[in-house]
Amino acid sequence: MAQQTTAARAQLQTERARPAQRTKAIHGQRRAFWLFIGPFLIGLVVFVYFPIIWSAFLSFFDAQGTVTPTRFVGLGNYVTMLSDKAFVSSLVTFTAFAVLIVPTTFVLSLFLAVLVNRVRVARAFFRSVFFLPTACSYVVASLIWKLSIFNGVRFGMANTLLGWIGVEPISWLSSLDPPWYWLVIVTARLWLQAGFYMILFLAALQNINPELYEAAFVDGAKPGWQVFRHITLPLLRPTSISVLLLCLIAAYQAFDEFYNLLGAVEYARPPLVYLYQLALGSQQNFGLGSAGSLILAAIIAVVTVLQGKILGFGRPSD
Amino acid sequence: MDTHQPHVGYQRSIAGRIANGAGMAVLIVMTLLFLIPFYLLIRNGLASTKDITAPGWTLFPSDVQWNNLVDLFNDPEIPMLSSLRNSAIVAVLTTVGTLLVSSLAGYALARINHPHSNKIFYAVLATLMIPGAVTFVPSFVIVSWLGWVSDYRGLIIPALFSGFTVFLFRQYFLSFPKELEEAARIDGLGYGGTFWRIVVPNSGNFIAAIAVITFIASWNSFLWPLVVAQDQSAWTVQVTLSTFVTAQTINIPQLFMAAAVSIVPLVLVFVFLQRYLVQGVAQTGLKG
Repeated sequence: MAQQTTAARAQLQTERARPAQRTKAIHGQRRAFWLFIGPFLIGLVVFVYFPIIWSAFLSFFDAQGTVTPTRFVGLGNYVTMLSDKAFVSSLVTFTAFAVLIVPTTFVLSLFLAVLVNRVRVARAFFRSVFFLPTACSYVVASLIWKLSIFNGVRFGMANTLLGWIGVEPISWLSSLDPPWYWLVIVTARLWLQAGFYMILFLAALQNINPELYEAAFVDGAKPGWQVFRHITLPLLRPTSISVLLLCLIAAYQAFDEFYNLLGAVEYARPPLVYLYQLALGSQQNFGLGSAGSLILAAIIAVVTVLQGKILGFGRPSD
Repeated sequence: MDTHQPHVGYQRSIAGRIANGAGMAVLIVMTLLFLIPFYLLIRNGLASTKDITAPGWTLFPSDVQWNNLVDLFNDPEIPMLSSLRNSAIVAVLTTVGTLLVSSLAGYALARINHPHSNKIFYAVLATLMIPGAVTFVPSFVIVSWLGWVSDYRGLIIPALFSGFTVFLFRQYFLSFPKELEEAARIDGLGYGGTFWRIVVPNSGNFIAAIAVITFIASWNSFLWPLVVAQDQSAWTVQVTLSTFVTAQTINIPQLFMAAAVSIVPLVLVFVFLQRYLVQGVAQTGLKG
């Protein structure tokens, strides 16, 4: 043991005795490294890591209206949150939203990409049209959806159109049976984000070697669904995985459209809307809010890793 | 542009032509569906209140009210000018700051050897797992502790440290031609000189792409400004719009006009910088 230590020390000394010039170069390199990365690193620690740690600390305290709490409650806040019907129902709302929005976005954006890719004229025009909604915020989309298309009164656009075929006006946002508000929420997000994912699919489609299609054609594959199913879809796999992951992560952050379309109704309140009310509403309950945030972050981390594992994300591909 | 058209022979056949025609028809229907919301924005923005609530929706308003635009900026109830100014300042400074901080960090991670480089890279990657929105409660706690509530600092500074942008810059710089930098080093430039005089000027397209994406995201962001901008004087345009969407009594045409005005800067960005935007989005997803 003692001999090993001596040997290690000797080795350390030889390392230190390297030529002075090289040491100086390394010093210059290290200084440059910290100068370049320092501003970001400080920001990351102060505005990302520190909040998370402080949040973890607050989550063990009774912290209502204060960020320097004194009363330790252990796992109390976590127990409260997990047995809070409103919080659990917000997780259910999110899950329902993800189940609705992820596949529909995937199918619509891929469909648009294939359509735009095979069109011969005005391709840039069509691409721009589907991509343009990305310029709109969720606030603006909510406004159009809530006060124009899906207005629950007779003069709303959807209700006027339905009136022409004799359908009574539907209260889109307050009807629970059937839950029409999902149609409003899902179509708003589809309009906003499908074009973004379409661009990803378009880029991938244009990277496919046309010779592969020629070869399939020569081999007797029928153009259309068969070629799409056996050639295009497998080649799009890496992009498909990215799209599904990005889409799911974006769905977890659902706040804007729910807040602006539905306010704080109990029947469709995703976790972020509930946490916003809990922590920054009249209660200012930072302890419960922090515990809820951490539960949510843990769920997101687990789901992302699981989804990545199932889909094979991060597998060495090149 | 036809190089990506599969099976040319098939496309000239009758079945191929029918398929092309059907594809075109679907495309046109989808185009109309995607444009309707924009149309409604303008239609309602130029309508009179009477038109909005008239029984039965019509394609065109009965008479076009151009004065809605003037009224919007003269209405003392709606802080339109100040919120547009706030949004512009926040979006521009956030974009410039993000580019500066992230490009330097990304370059260090890609090109400057350091024993802790990997550990720092993993610390950056770890933050990608947690969506920024989940940390708004603790972040608000920090910002209020620093006394930055309803302050540009609170709106801008916490938004500058995007792990994702650093990640993208690192990936980009990894593929930057090394020869250019080596030539600069032989000429005696240090790391700073190489970065500013060689790397940045040769990365214009990529920087523009990230700038456009950051600007749009910042202009459209809602949750964080809603949390931080508590005084009306600090509202961004999204917060102002939202306040009026959720209010009890509203002048609907004026609200639509305000929304239309709020997307003008981004539509301009789309028209003039679409090339960078498309490139940036494609880069964002494919490297993820």
